[in-house]
Amino acid sequence: MSRSKFERVPIAEQDPKVRATNFDEVCLGYTEEEAIEEAKRCIQCKHHPCIGGCPVDIDIPRFIHHIAEGEFEEAAHVLAEYTALPAVCGRVCPQEDQCEVVCVRGIRGDAVAIGKLERFAADWARANNIELGQTKEKNGFKVAVIGSGPAGITCAGELAKEGYDVTIFEALHEPGGVLVYGIPEFRLPTDEVVKHEIGNLEKLGVKIETNVVVGKTITIDELLNDEGFHAIFIGSGAGLPIFMGIPGENLNGVFSANEYLTRNNLMKAFRDDYDTPIKAGDKVAVIGGGNVAMDAARTALRLGAETWIVYRRTEKELPARVEEVHHAKTEGIKFEFLTSPVEILGDEDGWVRAIRCQRMELGEPDESGRRRPIPIEGSEFEFDVDTVIMALGTSPNPLIPSTTEGLDVNEWQCVIADDEGQTSKEGVFAGGDVVTGSATVILAMGAGKKAAAGIDKYIKEKYGEKSHA
Amino acid sequence: MYKIVRKRELASNIFEADVLAPRVANSAQPGQFVIVVADETGERIPLTICDYDKEEGTVNIVVQRMGCSTKKMDALEEGDYLKDFVGPLGRPSDFVHEDIEELKKKNILFVAGGVGTAPVYPQAKWLHERGVNVDIILGAQTKDLVILEDKLGSVAENLYVCTDDGSYGFKGMVTHMLEELVENRGKHYDLVISIGPMIMMKFVALMTEKLGIKTIVSLNPIMVDGTGMCGACRVTVGNETKFACVDGPEFDGHLVDFDEALRRQTQYKAEETKIDERFEEECRAQGGAN
Ligand SMILES: Cc1cc2nc3c(=O)[nH]c(=O)nc-3n(C[C@H](O)[C@H](O)[C@H](O)COP(=O)(O)OP(=O)(O)OC[C@H]3O[C@@H](n4cnc5c(N)ncnc54)[C@H](O)[C@@H]3O)c2cc1C
Ligand SMILES: Cc1cc2nc3c(=O)[nH]c(=O)nc-3n(C[C@H](O)[C@H](O)[C@H](O)COP(=O)(O)OP(=O)(O)OC[C@H]3O[C@@H](n4cnc5c(N)ncnc54)[C@H](O)[C@@H]3O)c2cc1C
Ligand code: SF4
Ligand code: SF4
Ligand code: FES
Repeated sequence: MSRSKFERVPIAEQDPKVRATNFDEVCLGYTEEEAIEEAKRCIQCKHHPCIGGCPVDIDIPRFIHHIAEGEFEEAAHVLAEYTALPAVCGRVCPQEDQCEVVCVRGIRGDAVAIGKLERFAADWARANNIELGQTKEKNGFKVAVIGSGPAGITCAGELAKEGYDVTIFEALHEPGGVLVYGIPEFRLPTDEVVKHEIGNLEKLGVKIETNVVVGKTITIDELLNDEGFHAIFIGSGAGLPIFMGIPGENLNGVFSANEYLTRNNLMKAFRDDYDTPIKAGDKVAVIGGGNVAMDAARTALRLGAETWIVYRRTEKELPARVEEVHHAKTEGIKFEFLTSPVEILGDEDGWVRAIRCQRMELGEPDESGRRRPIPIEGSEFEFDVDTVIMALGTSPNPLIPSTTEGLDVNEWQCVIADDEGQTSKEGVFAGGDVVTGSATVILAMGAGKKAAAGIDKYIKEKYGEKSHA
Repeated sequence: MYKIVRKRELASNIFEADVLAPRVANSAQPGQFVIVVADETGERIPLTICDYDKEEGTVNIVVQRMGCSTKKMDALEEGDYLKDFVGPLGRPSDFVHEDIEELKKKNILFVAGGVGTAPVYPQAKWLHERGVNVDIILGAQTKDLVILEDKLGSVAENLYVCTDDGSYGFKGMVTHMLEELVENRGKHYDLVISIGPMIMMKFVALMTEKLGIKTIVSLNPIMVDGTGMCGACRVTVGNETKFACVDGPEFDGHLVDFDEALRRQTQYKAEETKIDERFEEECRAQGGAN
């Protein structure tokens, strides 16, 4: 082999010019040979710092060792001990800041491609119909899980394996949370990957009731008192879009990233045979610099728009994953850094015609440690676009706290929960974005897992090992 | 899947259906709505809850054929299923939380127009059942489009029907009827609740402002999720941006920026027309199966 051990085995991707016009997955994954070659780059170091970098403590050297030996099924079993969504995390985890950033290989050369190998093992298991789930005998206790995002899926899966009777209540008509309504097909194929992982959950005996908005269709107190649930897990995410509060934001042609992405991903507006409309736009400005902004921009591009990301700091501070920024650039997304909108301007019919922007410079670091952008006086200019997508972040929906007696939230509307997920209300646990504010898939999963342990402990302490009902 | 238990034509372009959705029926209150998806490729569309039967577990909806989604729903028969049916969404009408004795002292007038007539029924019925008297103005373009006259008549103290062309009842728009009642027939109202096309609600609000009557309107902006997640339903009320699906759909009519709301309603017009044309074509291709 000619490649140096310091270099990562490259992974096949769709050509940027081609993929800019379709919604198929960008990254094509490793072949078996490539995976083995990459797995062999792991030196199986004794103190394996990589494990500490993973929020769910996956035994990384162990699963990689199996891949190196060509034992793909065993690798998938190792992953299944720690995570319910390996095919998802292998694709969307910010690996470069977590497991891979501390990899010993990274000291000289490229870190081992842990995420890509995780994805490989999970995809292989799916393609080969490997059964991974095993459940204990039913214990007769009922747990309700609210929300079917990564936090809810993980919590439900863990509890089902322990023998609990678990029902997930989901507000939307499809389970998956952000994985189905937010993250686009070209990063995470819904049918192939997400639906499969949810299918695994159902195989564990988890029931999923869609079209139930807790707080409206039914309340938490009703679930506890009338429907006989012994405990509740709230994993309702942080789905409320934030707008800037600048003039012109309600003009026709201004959308939240959530609306734009939901229409396209959940409702499949990009497909001609689906009924939901979307306004693709000809010249689209996406405001923000996180993963959501990248996803919205790359979606607009694929729908045929000329697209810009408008971000008030510099490229260095972009919160989005490096890989996604790189993909966005090669696909043809343009960036306006150190720029912030002050007003959206409309034409006589009330449609967007331009944004009035202001240039910024970076000052001293703020509490987040990032340098604070400061407006440059007299730098205002007009930027001609017909569509503006706001991707400034989201906060938790107040629906559940406002309809649940005794459930405390903090000043950002996040539900307050301790390390085991216990909230201020007995028998009610929470985790994921609803507790932390928008974060990551793997952190939500970690929280779902810890809360499952917390729920198990709570129920068994209160009612004993088995229900006598 | 949600079974259509009963279905009936109400007028040439309006039908009603009772849908089996026990959880929704059990929690529904006047003023709330549902979101419905007809089939696998369908879009999410909001429809007001027009009645509910907690015992049977059904929810009544009244639908006007507009474009693809409402036509798809109309193509379904009794015994068929709607793919998704979620609710009750939005806040119940304010009066639900008010003191009944206080309400009894008030003169309340509903002003209903077009398909907006249907959602007035659960509200008027709720009040009627608690001994609160209400008057109702029911407006339609023409006689054939007057719906639910009997039902509304059974819960109203006085029911005033008017048609734009004078083919039935009072000749004129609901605003004319309202003005007539207050200015010429000596009626006094403390509260007007108006539901109907956005443009009608705008003119009702202008009229009641002139007459000095507090007015509630039920807004129907474009929605996607109906739970506060997308912001498609933003409306400006009293210079503040509100999400109609969670903060409404009912608002103080004198504070609503109707011109913005009317403009935002047309946002997807071009796309909707295209989708509707595609749907019509498919129907023709199937030999007009429906
Ligand atoms: C566009 C986008 C791109 C992202 N990209 C990445 C990425 O690349 N990598 C990464 O790690 N993270 C990414 N994230 C963040 C990540 O998706 C979230 O942190 C994660 O999904 C949070 O999981 P969760 O289970 O807490 O909540 P969610 O995934 O938000 O799921 C919550 C679920 O609860 C449901 N729900 C809400 N309220 C109710 C109610 N009242 N009753 C019933 N159900 C309810 C919602 O409909 C939803 O299905 C991205 C987020 C977005 C929006
Ligand atoms: C809270 C609320 C309650 C409603 N109650 C009723 C009701 O009880 N009966 C009834 O017949 N109609 C009701 N509507 C309107 C109904 O949702 C629309 O007529 C329907 O979505 C049209 O869909 P379409 O595909 O048939 O027509 P299209 O051709 O897609 O649209 C026709 C017009 O309907 C409106 N519209 C389209 N999509 C949406 C959407 N997603 N949300 C809201 N409006 C939309 C637009 O103004 C559009 O121009 C209500 C709307 C809201 C917001
Ligand atoms: S789950 Fe994420 S952090 Fe953990 S090993 Fe996989 S990619 Fe790394
Ligand atoms: S730190 Fe890197 S090289 Fe060491 S065990 Fe983990 S993946 Fe392998
Ligand atoms: S419909 Fe999406 S926020 Fe109201």
